[in-house]
Amino acid sequence: MATRSASNDLKSKNDPQVVFIKPSKSWVSLNLRSLWEYRELLYFLTWRDIKVRYKQTVLGAAWAILQPLTTMLIFSLFFGRLVKVPSDGIPYPLFAFAALVPWTFFANGLNQSSNSLVSSANLLKKVYFPRLTIPVATVLAGVVDFVLAFVVLLALMAFYRVVPTINIVWTPLLLALAFVTSLGVGLWMSALNVKYRDVRYIVPFLVQIWLFATPVAYPSSLLSEPWRTVYGLNPMVGVVEGFRWALLGANTAPGLMVLASAFASLLILVTGAYYFRHMEKTFADVV
Amino acid sequence: MSDVAIRVDGLSKRFSIHTKHESYQTLRDTLTNAAMQPLRALKSRGAENGNNGGDSESIWALKDVSFEVKPGEVVGLIGRNGAGKSTLLKILARVTEPTEGFAKIVGRIGSLLEVGVGFHFELSGRENIFLNGAILGMKRADIKRRFDEIVSFAEIDKFIDTPVKHYSSGMYLRLAFAVAAHLEPEILLVDEVLAVGDAAFQKKCIGKMEEVAGEGRTVLFVSHNMAAVQALCTRGIFLYNGTVFTDSTAGASISAYLRTLEQSVIQDLLTRTDRRGRGEIRLAGIEISTGAKDHAQTLATGRPAVFAFQLTGMRPRTSCIFTIYDDFGQPLATFNSAVRGPDDSHDSSLDNALICQLDELPLVPGRYRVNVAVSADGELQDHLEGAAFFEVEQGAIRGRPVIRGKGYGRICLQHHWQSPIS
Repeated sequence: MATRSASNDLKSKNDPQVVFIKPSKSWVSLNLRSLWEYRELLYFLTWRDIKVRYKQTVLGAAWAILQPLTTMLIFSLFFGRLVKVPSDGIPYPLFAFAALVPWTFFANGLNQSSNSLVSSANLLKKVYFPRLTIPVATVLAGVVDFVLAFVVLLALMAFYRVVPTINIVWTPLLLALAFVTSLGVGLWMSALNVKYRDVRYIVPFLVQIWLFATPVAYPSSLLSEPWRTVYGLNPMVGVVEGFRWALLGANTAPGLMVLASAFASLLILVTGAYYFRHMEKTFADVV
Repeated sequence: MSDVAIRVDGLSKRFSIHTKHESYQTLRDTLTNAAMQPLRALKSRGAENGNNGGDSESIWALKDVSFEVKPGEVVGLIGRNGAGKSTLLKILARVTEPTEGFAKIVGRIGSLLEVGVGFHFELSGRENIFLNGAILGMKRADIKRRFDEIVSFAEIDKFIDTPVKHYSSGMYLRLAFAVAAHLEPEILLVDEVLAVGDAAFQKKCIGKMEEVAGEGRTVLFVSHNMAAVQALCTRGIFLYNGTVFTDSTAGASISAYLRTLEQSVIQDLLTRTDRRGRGEIRLAGIEISTGAKDHAQTLATGRPAVFAFQLTGMRPRTSCIFTIYDDFGQPLATFNSAVRGPDDSHDSSLDNALICQLDELPLVPGRYRVNVAVSADGELQDHLEGAAFFEVEQGAIRGRPVIRGKGYGRICLQHHWQSPIS
């Protein structure tokens, strides 16, 4: 042990780590480098979120599947059977489920990341680390749920004998788009939540409205161009229609729409990240 | 390598009163606040005229603090609640930002503001070691390398894969401290971790701290335990109202601290601002006497003692807890009015006062300090350190004279001997 600590000292003598502490200016840089330096912490926080989520619930991983599945059944019954909403020639249950899988990922990520800072209050008050890791880890942990639900989606496709198109290769990018959107809104909400605790009540409401503003239960083909592209400014429109196109071969040709969505979601992410960093210095004092 | 480990230059931190009392807001509050502003201004004129900042909306928790710490120095930070010790440590640990000034730290920093930060009750001991280690800034490879050492230090080998929620509080603390103790930083910032846990655990912590200090690392140590500061630190910095009051040897700073504690008793307790709690009920004064009609009589070992606490805004279910400390800051005994006994009584003529009576004061001659906390319905209303001081003179317990033997305890107990010869 003695030799080891000696070699440590030697290393640090050659390269002493110097930290300067001073009041930051009102707008600070994103400092993504420090996020990279703390990637192991990001890994552990994500891993903790996943582990705890499945440990604390009776049904564990089944929740990841049950949630979109029950919504799909309800939508199929009311919108598919009773109202007979058009579904671009795809069996309605499959049509709804292909949208609900990325939607659930987005909605859960948004819900949980909004509360992530407040529920980590003790960490914020006692230890230094890049605060961005908390909401990022929360949304990342949802990927496991997504993968489980995605497997069910593939099974459902097999059941309806729908062969995925070659465009399935785009799904990781579409998932990334859902991730960016979820994180972007989550950053805004989590930072606001530290200061204004009403945000906790606003988020479920926001998610609910957003669900109906997104073509989950109905197709975006109800709209004609150029309105469909404008509709794409809701980032989840591009995600949902993109999934249907990539997996089910729905004839939505969502190119422009996805571009509009990508633009909107990046805008939300960048502004969210800057707002988060701007508020970050007050977190420990306020939370 | 630079000959300075920590350099602090003109560091200041301002809190708005709002964030100090009720930290977060709601949108509703923000809106109603605007409407209530004139009313609040009227109210606060009556209640808060004892603030130390000129600006009534903010307090300087730290004001123009400067000092340097050389590598290998072990510095104790002492001072009352609200003196700025923890704020200073939090700034150096980069948890919160200073309002003005700057600090420079050369070397790897390990901060230990609380043990077990980020521990999750559902996860096993093993999982928590990795999680907590990562939170404290350890690399995964380092944690792996030191894993066995941590487990054996914590003495939890058998329970390493048991969820932490099944641990006893002692096991939990040992594990939490074990992770922190293996951080191997060059500069260690420690806040009052020794205040938790049983005596054996505290001993272990102090042992580990001594080891760390002996290895030539720089330590900044906040504590109310003057004996620990005296034993561990080569230097003491005494903070008073957010500024450096004394920066000297540990012993000199401790005695300066104890002197100011005594001076503050003379002033009216309501004017003191170094208090915690909601403040709806406040401690206005303490009278310590023997309870005899003759006020000239002084407290002495074995005589009765009466502690009378005057409160403002007293209401039903108000309780008072006070602790007597010796002049090293070691707690000796705690008295809690919320815990009822058969001899407790009510007296409606007592207006706004709680009285605690001791038939025989079991303290050896010397000087003692009293910390007081007032609660109502489980909420802390007021807390004052050094709310009162009293001197105990030489006396006797049931006729047996008691004299002070230095270092042989502060408490004397009623007892009798049996011996074969008279």
